[in-house]
Amino acid sequence: MSLFDRQQKDSELDDEIQSHLNMAAKDRIQNGQTVRDARNSALKDFGNVALVKEATREVWSGASLEAFWQDLRYGVRMLAKSPGFALIAILTLALGIGANTAIFSVVNGVLLNPLPYPHPEQIVSLFTEMPNFKNGSISYPNFEDWRRMNRSFSAMTVYRSNGFNLTEHGEPERLHGEMISAGFFEILGVNPILGRTFSADEDRLGANPTVMITEGLWKREYGSDPSIIGRRMVLNGVGRTIIGVVPSNFHLHIQNFQRGGPANDVYVPVGEWNEPHFHNNRAAGWGLDGIGRLKPDVTFEQARADMDRVSRDLAAAYPDVNGSKKAYLLPLKDEIVGDMRPVLLVILGAVMFVLLIACVNVANLLLARATVRSREFAVRIALGAGELRIVRQLLTESVLLAVIGGTLGLVLARFGTAAAIAAMPVNMPRAEDIGLDHRVLLFTLLVSVISGVAFGLAPAWKTSRSDVGSTLKESGRTLAGVRSRTQSIFVVVEMALAVVLLIGAGLMVRTLFVLWGLDPGFDPHNVMTFSFSGPASYKDGSPGLIRSSQRQLHDKLASLPGVEAVSFSWGAQPMQGDNDDFFWIVGRPMPPLSQLPMTLDYEVEPDYLKTMQVQLKRGRFFTAADNEHAPRVAVIDESFAEKYFPGEEPMGHFIDFNTDPNDPDKTPNPQIVGVVAHVNQWGLDSDAKSPLHAQTYLPLMQTPDSVLKRGGLAADVYVRTTRTGVPSFEEMRQRLLEANGELVVYSPEPLDEIVAHSIGQKRFAMILLATFAGIALLLASVGIYGVLSYLVGQRTQEIGVRMALGAQRFDVLRLVLGDGARMTFVGLGIGVIAALALTRLISSMLFGIKPTDPLTFFAVALLLCGIALLACYVPAHRAMRVDPTVALRYE
Amino acid sequence: MNSRYQNRIELLQGTLDLLILQTLMWGEQHGYGISQVIRTQSGDVLQVDTGSLYPALHRLEKQRWIKSEWKVTENNQRAKFYQLTAAGRKQLAEERSRWTQMSDAIAAVLKPVRTQ
Repeated sequence: MSLFDRQQKDSELDDEIQSHLNMAAKDRIQNGQTVRDARNSALKDFGNVALVKEATREVWSGASLEAFWQDLRYGVRMLAKSPGFALIAILTLALGIGANTAIFSVVNGVLLNPLPYPHPEQIVSLFTEMPNFKNGSISYPNFEDWRRMNRSFSAMTVYRSNGFNLTEHGEPERLHGEMISAGFFEILGVNPILGRTFSADEDRLGANPTVMITEGLWKREYGSDPSIIGRRMVLNGVGRTIIGVVPSNFHLHIQNFQRGGPANDVYVPVGEWNEPHFHNNRAAGWGLDGIGRLKPDVTFEQARADMDRVSRDLAAAYPDVNGSKKAYLLPLKDEIVGDMRPVLLVILGAVMFVLLIACVNVANLLLARATVRSREFAVRIALGAGELRIVRQLLTESVLLAVIGGTLGLVLARFGTAAAIAAMPVNMPRAEDIGLDHRVLLFTLLVSVISGVAFGLAPAWKTSRSDVGSTLKESGRTLAGVRSRTQSIFVVVEMALAVVLLIGAGLMVRTLFVLWGLDPGFDPHNVMTFSFSGPASYKDGSPGLIRSSQRQLHDKLASLPGVEAVSFSWGAQPMQGDNDDFFWIVGRPMPPLSQLPMTLDYEVEPDYLKTMQVQLKRGRFFTAADNEHAPRVAVIDESFAEKYFPGEEPMGHFIDFNTDPNDPDKTPNPQIVGVVAHVNQWGLDSDAKSPLHAQTYLPLMQTPDSVLKRGGLAADVYVRTTRTGVPSFEEMRQRLLEANGELVVYSPEPLDEIVAHSIGQKRFAMILLATFAGIALLLASVGIYGVLSYLVGQRTQEIGVRMALGAQRFDVLRLVLGDGARMTFVGLGIGVIAALALTRLISSMLFGIKPTDPLTFFAVALLLCGIALLACYVPAHRAMRVDPTVALRYE
Repeated sequence: MNSRYQNRIELLQGTLDLLILQTLMWGEQHGYGISQVIRTQSGDVLQVDTGSLYPALHRLEKQRWIKSEWKVTENNQRAKFYQLTAAGRKQLAEERSRWTQMSDAIAAVLKPVRTQ
């Protein structure tokens, strides 16, 4: 009923009653009374006008709204009367609901919300599936065939990350960008804020070089100049025409080697890339991944079947390179979210446990208050209030508490979530999509109301059922028995929930200890990594000049005080980047090309072992003598040796990397001269699971001329520093610039941070689970403390009698602690059983331990008992000090 | 606090509803009129409490057994007149038969035991 209707009905009721009074008075006047007497007696006969109105009003509001406001006003008054209770309850709930809102806003943003592109369900990521390797990159010729032969995509593109040196525009600068094929932005529904996107003609060999820049770069480098379109920009020595500006709200974070790359600055067409083998080598991937948009009526499954057909046709056409390859399709959202889904769901589960415990704690507080208030309710019942009305009153109060707590929690979540995620050691996919939207608000409201009802129901029910007569007579002590039993059950529930969370957190902590204790095969401490890249003129320049420049730069850096060892590196980098190659052992019968094994390859300098502290197992590592003039050598790691030389001496064998018959550049086969320890390539927790393990080291100086020319003057750098007097990155950069002012030196990162990052997701899960478990333990111990204090208060008289009858203080201590111990043990037992069932859910997040790890279970049991004992000690101590005479007189 | 009235309504509800509906059988009537009719018809035994009467009238109206209209009385007074609806007539018939059944049953119980 609207307010307006109400007012109208109200005034109509006034009129109705007034007309009743008028008629009654008129009858009385006709019977001979004076006007004044008639009025008075009519009014007296009628009774209490206000009450009649109120009783009538209750009829039309269905008793609900009117009564609700009344209950609410009453509830607010009651809470205001006990601010201490209200504050504790509200803060407990704010913590529980706030944490839930925060985690749910993350789950909502990352997992539930659709991607911010038009019809995101039609967007599919594409990879090449190889034996043991699902998301391999796509070779450009294969992509062109996929695009031509498929029947289910309205558009298909590829992209690859690439660094660019920006020159002829102030100081040379390193930019990050993507090479994309035409149609990329159309698939994602991104419109340039200025200019246009690439046409198919610009995405071809020999096309006029073009570039799109991001809004960020446009602001930073060109001061948002509106006449930017058509201007020239020199990237990696190539002059490109700027044709468009990409809005800054466009993000596409696809997890790239576990670390979100830097934000993009530029986009260039990939089809125009003049890399010699890019357009015709069907075997090489060049780091290309694909994105496609399904035709509107095509399902994901249909597209997969369609691409299977295309893959089969291509395998038949090119059996040597495509024989064991096929297209692998994945909804874009699944690729972006990656393995964050199970982590987030487990954390959401954990935080709901925290809320449950918070609710149970507040329920306990309410029960304690119910004793105090039982007289109030007994009076109301005696005055005719129904049981239901009392329950409703109490529920209104508890929902009120929960809603206030929820609002406060919402504020906490609103300001805390972003900061917390930024502080966490994890690259949250879609972090920019996390926020409070209508769904989060609805969730918070729902959670608040449900928890309000949940924790309010038991106390309300108990209170309303209390026996009016005895309550009034006996000042509420009748409730004690029922109440303490309910309270004890609550404490047991809290303990059990806390145990489950503690065990979950404990397993994650153990996992991280295992990971931290893991030997990555190198020592990441005191090692700085960065990259440099020289002017484009070195490309296709003289290999001799490139080598001599590299040597000069190396010596410059190595002679810097505080530097212990330096190694430049090409190819793969542990936990940073992957580079692999097909190979075969010379002298063995060669399998078909499509079944050749792969090895990670690292082109490094002689000091690499010293810099990285990788252990030499057999033979030797490189020396300065292994240069471009000496015979080619290679060093392999132990897993290479075990897999391809089982029970055999690898030293002296030659490795053949010229496996591609289409590649005109034949290089001499290097001879194996040493074996080193395996280095963790894929991240502390994922290396063991990775199918690609074999590692090959080659001397950087022996890099074939053709490859060297392609790379130009550029390398990744590892610098081991002494413990003291460590040079800063800036000093190292300046040192290199002294040798060559045209260098761009970029992306400094301490190696230990890179290692820590590789287990970021597990640390993220561990920190959150440990936090929630801590809160749970705190709330549960407050719970047991509260109940025992109450019990001691209730039993003061009993304890007094016992002591008067000769019980020792120790007996009293045992009596109280016994109560506490019983609740703790029952809770612990239930919790352990529940944990045995539930920890299976996090087994994918664990490493090196079982989900039933006995040490964790035992430690948690010990911790819980210890904390519970502490929480019980205070009330037990108080009980011990009861003075029998005072206790007996008190009642 | 209105719980006192609420209680009485609960006690009287069935019978009061029946009496109101029956009164309206003779034609439309306002609240005061209904209470007067019940009082005189019962020989001054039943005094209808206004705290029960008005909630009952509004409830019956909400249940669409009666409807109301503002009219002017013979004495030129504005008053809200209530009138039975078709559903109200049906309800009255049902409540009457239930009442008869009940009072017969009670009377039978209260009768002195006949010798067999």
